[in-house]
Amino acid sequence: MSGIKTTASIAALVLLAACSTVKLEDKAAPVEDRNTSSKSSAPTPQEPTTDAVASSNVSSDPLNDPNSILAKRSVYFDFDSYAVKDEYNGLIEAHAKYLASHPERKVVLQGNTDERGGSEYNLALGQKRAEAVRRAMASLGAKDSQMEAVSFGKEKPKAQDSNDAAWAENRRTDIAY
Amino acid sequence: MKRSFLKLIALGGVALCFYLPLSAQAQLRVEISGVGANQIPIAIGQFFDDPASDNQITAIIKADLQRSGVFRVISSTDLIGESGTADDARWKTQGADALLGGKLRRVDGRLEIRYRLRDTAKGADLAASALTVNPQFIRLAAHRIADDIFEKMTGIRGPFATRIAYVAKSGAEYRLEVADSDGENAFAAFRDTEPVISPVWSPDGSKIAYVSFNTKKPVVYVQELATRRRIAVANFKGSNSAPAWSPDARKLAIALSTDGLTQIFLINADGSELRRLTSGGAVGAINTEPCFSPDGQSIYFTSDRGGSPQVYRMNTDGGDIRRVTFNGSYNISPAISPDGKMLSYISRRDGRFQVYVLDLASSQETRLSDGPRDESPSFAPNGRYIMYASESGGRGNLSVVTVDGSARYSLNAKASAIREPAWGPFTK
Repeated sequence: MSGIKTTASIAALVLLAACSTVKLEDKAAPVEDRNTSSKSSAPTPQEPTTDAVASSNVSSDPLNDPNSILAKRSVYFDFDSYAVKDEYNGLIEAHAKYLASHPERKVVLQGNTDERGGSEYNLALGQKRAEAVRRAMASLGAKDSQMEAVSFGKEKPKAQDSNDAAWAENRRTDIAY
Repeated sequence: MKRSFLKLIALGGVALCFYLPLSAQAQLRVEISGVGANQIPIAIGQFFDDPASDNQITAIIKADLQRSGVFRVISSTDLIGESGTADDARWKTQGADALLGGKLRRVDGRLEIRYRLRDTAKGADLAASALTVNPQFIRLAAHRIADDIFEKMTGIRGPFATRIAYVAKSGAEYRLEVADSDGENAFAAFRDTEPVISPVWSPDGSKIAYVSFNTKKPVVYVQELATRRRIAVANFKGSNSAPAWSPDARKLAIALSTDGLTQIFLINADGSELRRLTSGGAVGAINTEPCFSPDGQSIYFTSDRGGSPQVYRMNTDGGDIRRVTFNGSYNISPAISPDGKMLSYISRRDGRFQVYVLDLASSQETRLSDGPRDESPSFAPNGRYIMYASESGGRGNLSVVTVDGSARYSLNAKASAIREPAWGPFTK
């Protein structure tokens, strides 16, 4: 437990450090808890470069409001399941509407699984989870060109332990702007 | 360590633990256990003049044969020269069916290794050969001698002078490593702070295809080992993963999620000519983990089209799909034996993920591992061993089991978790 806390606070420090030099839309969401290794490297070639547009209206962007539902960016799944539970409808709708009204914005939907089972099957399962969220958002107004669903499978676990709580935390799709 | 040694002895088996070899480079620790009774007793004497090379030759041959599960090595500090024919009777009375001796000679800076394998009962030579190598290839030479002895005594080509690839993780670093089959001579072909999975050898052993998350998403690369030059052969929208070489090395089967769900495609090894083989259908199925049959005519793969992940096979044009595994509700990671007769895979039963092997003709299924979370079976090129990822003490290591389950050993890295093994092909 203390291990997780330590990791979280280190990640938060890195996040703060990153914020001073990195554009706001990159990964400033307070709920995000990436490990440090994923912070430093270059963005994917296919990732959007929306800098200029976005940073001009930073102050009024609800995406940066920690009290907005848009600050919640994770959808959790049951074991071996890719069904989006009803409790995430509001969250998904909010992000879909945000994208619909901000056509310059793009998201990567990152599917994750717990550590049990093979790497490749979990990669495909994580993809199914990312795709489930992508489809839900598409049906609520987000355009296909604004979204890419990818999977990390079990390769980038947010919780490092091997127990039910950690596994539940890792069965997840993140909405990454 | 001592305790497990004693326990196995009490069960009537033999267990050995040792570090291989005593060189500074030694990376992996080898443990052997559960060896059966039907082993060939072989006496191996100290190679004459081997001390000049730190006794490496003798030590490597002994370790290879011991680890194989096929042999019981009777060690001797006697210097049995390659012409030590008079010793047959003495070694036969000590229980040895075979006797190996040899000697080294330096010739113009190279090493000449002569060896002779005797059948102690018949009093006849089974092998009498010589190798000449540059000193830096002394380990390879020893593995080749062990291969020759393995083949002479079993009729099956030896697996020792081969290489393995696997992914090592220490701290935040991921390394795609290549090592000799005994874990020695390990080097990093690729290192990164993002995950690497699913390495697979090209049929001639010159390249490795693998999946790197280097650009924050899975992309399939092919890397030439000698030059380290790599190309992204599949970097499409979504996830790119699960590469498998066609036996003629011209194509790769890969898994892509370009249209949402993960599906199997064929692509040329240079990244050209993408062709789809599967689709999700009405149920929105995942199809992944392709693996070519040795004749290149079929592809085995994992699909959840029936509601749970199972192994299927199809023609290389995507037609004639048939289910192959039927026991249990989770069968993944198919690997086909080099003769095409056996399928190995991971099955989840009672919450445990273990290695199974299926005789495709008889449908006889055998469980080969006993871990809680075993993964990624990969056949040795001689078809007699399966390497897989396992866990002990909360850390990933590699295990090797004979296809009949009679013997097992594991490779542990000292400071890394290791997984995703791929056993390389025979090399000339």
